[in-house]
Amino acid sequence: MTTATTATVPRRRRRLSAIARQDRVGLFYVAPFFVHFVLFGAIPIVFTTALAFFNADFQTYYDFITTHQLSVLTNAFAGLENFRELFKDSYFWLALRNTFSIWLISTVPQLVIAFGLASLLANARLRASTFWRTVLMVPNITSVLAVAIVFQQLFGRDFGIVNVLLHYVGQKPVEWVAGTIPSHAAIATMINWRWLGYNSLIFLAAILAIPKELYESASLDGASRWQTVRYVTIPQMKNTITFMLVMGTIGGLGLFVEPLTYGGGFDGGANSQFLTMTLYLYKQAFMNQRLGYGAAIGVGITLVVMVISAINFMITRRIAGEESK
Amino acid sequence: MTATLEPRTTQQVAPPNGTSKRRSLTKRVSPFTYVALTFMTFISVFPFYWMYVVASNGSEEISKIPPSLTPGGNFPHVVKTITEAVPFWHAIFNTAAVSTVIAVSNVFFSTLAGFALAKLRVPGKRGMLLFIIGTMMLPAQLGVIFMYMVMSWLNWINDFKALVVPAIVGAFGVFWMRQIIDSQLPNELLEAARIDGASVFRIYRSIVVPTVMPAAFVLGLFSFLGTWNDYLWPSLVLNDPERFTVQVAITQLNNSYTVDYAANMGAALLGTTPLLLLFIFVGRRLVAGVMEGAVKG
Repeated sequence: MTTATTATVPRRRRRLSAIARQDRVGLFYVAPFFVHFVLFGAIPIVFTTALAFFNADFQTYYDFITTHQLSVLTNAFAGLENFRELFKDSYFWLALRNTFSIWLISTVPQLVIAFGLASLLANARLRASTFWRTVLMVPNITSVLAVAIVFQQLFGRDFGIVNVLLHYVGQKPVEWVAGTIPSHAAIATMINWRWLGYNSLIFLAAILAIPKELYESASLDGASRWQTVRYVTIPQMKNTITFMLVMGTIGGLGLFVEPLTYGGGFDGGANSQFLTMTLYLYKQAFMNQRLGYGAAIGVGITLVVMVISAINFMITRRIAGEESK
Repeated sequence: MTATLEPRTTQQVAPPNGTSKRRSLTKRVSPFTYVALTFMTFISVFPFYWMYVVASNGSEEISKIPPSLTPGGNFPHVVKTITEAVPFWHAIFNTAAVSTVIAVSNVFFSTLAGFALAKLRVPGKRGMLLFIIGTMMLPAQLGVIFMYMVMSWLNWINDFKALVVPAIVGAFGVFWMRQIIDSQLPNELLEAARIDGASVFRIYRSIVVPTVMPAAFVLGLFSFLGTWNDYLWPSLVLNDPERFTVQVAITQLNNSYTVDYAANMGAALLGTTPLLLLFIFVGRRLVAGVMEGAVKG
């Protein structure tokens, strides 16, 4: 690469380096993002993490910024106390369980149905395909808050449509708010309603991008419909599935607006039956004014997200990686 | 320029004998498909209809068995209740203004950075891209506590700067525009412009922007919708009713009354209607954008 080359290369290199020099202006093009990320992404994350080692409320914070006395900080330093408390905090573990439960009953059916819908939409002979695709996207533009308000009413104990319908088929009313699993199912329904269409479209795009030749050879080999899905479609959609699992995990574990609105407060229901991790973070940090402890919860959530993302990654590799060769 | 582009275009056209084979492979559409899709359409639209039914009937009409399933005549009254409780029209205006500013700045900075990362010879560009993807995986709630402290230190509580400044550019937009520019902008076009001696910014303005305009518009839409629907951050940094965004105004209503379903649903509907109207015009492009931006392969 260095010396033993033909005569044309140095000249070519000189021409390229002129472009490279000119292109260095690109650093200024990406600079706004990075400056912004440092200021509003990295610094807040680093300092919030640091805050987890302090026993700080808003008063401590105002004392510090008005007096600039370091002793305010050293007095508030708590070491690992917040984490020790977090480890023993039954509400945090309950919130973790609730978050997982809601996430599971929203993700799994959602992805399966979205995949089914995408397969229906992928048929080239489907009439009015643009209409169906567009209509599926409508729920996604609605705010989580509006969705939560409607579903809160639909799942109302006494006059909600769901229980009224159950009444007509001879069932007892379900405690959609007071019950643990029913409340999780109701919250999962809100999430599913909002994301099903969007995910179908993502799956649809991935299905349409699969080379048709693969299906042709599969049918020539006499593959059944299920075998085609298993050995052609799914492996070909490996990246899409990984992406959706990772993004779904981050969204699912950060869940809080739905339970907040559904229960009308930061407690996540009378018995904290649908208290989620992020809801608990806000409850401690902003309702109870325990900024340091809230930050420790945030660190806990991040660790959980990292572990789950790693597991996701391995699972999708397992499912799709080996057969795609 | 045309000469270099020509062979590429012909290659992209599928061979004719392939098409006939492909046809025979596509299955007939079964009636079940239409039943399923009609059912999904009903599911997607029903909650909006229900918002109107509840809001226009008033809570008493809804609190009986069977509940009425058709709209009543009470809607103007509910709107009056809402606008008396919170400055709702103000909130709509605030939200539209803030969302538009954020959308425009996101589009500008994301196309600029995306262009540099996709097509320019910038040192360390691979590393930068990986870094940007990595930042998308950080849970957003982690930094909120400190951000709130900074905002109160800057005296930005009740100031729209607290909404706009943290959101002027984001990892998702940059990554998305990079993918779009990488796949949609032919290198030949770029080379030709370089040979003609166009400056980098000139290339951005005259070639990149027109080429990726549709995708950039979709990014702007996403960003607009995201800001419009954002709830947590505005509710933390805004507490003056005159400064409320739509979502904060809706919750305020939720708190200040003993669950008045009609007012709540009315507010939810009023707050969503501008987006539904927008969707009528841009829905198709939004769908195309979602599918274009999807990770393939």
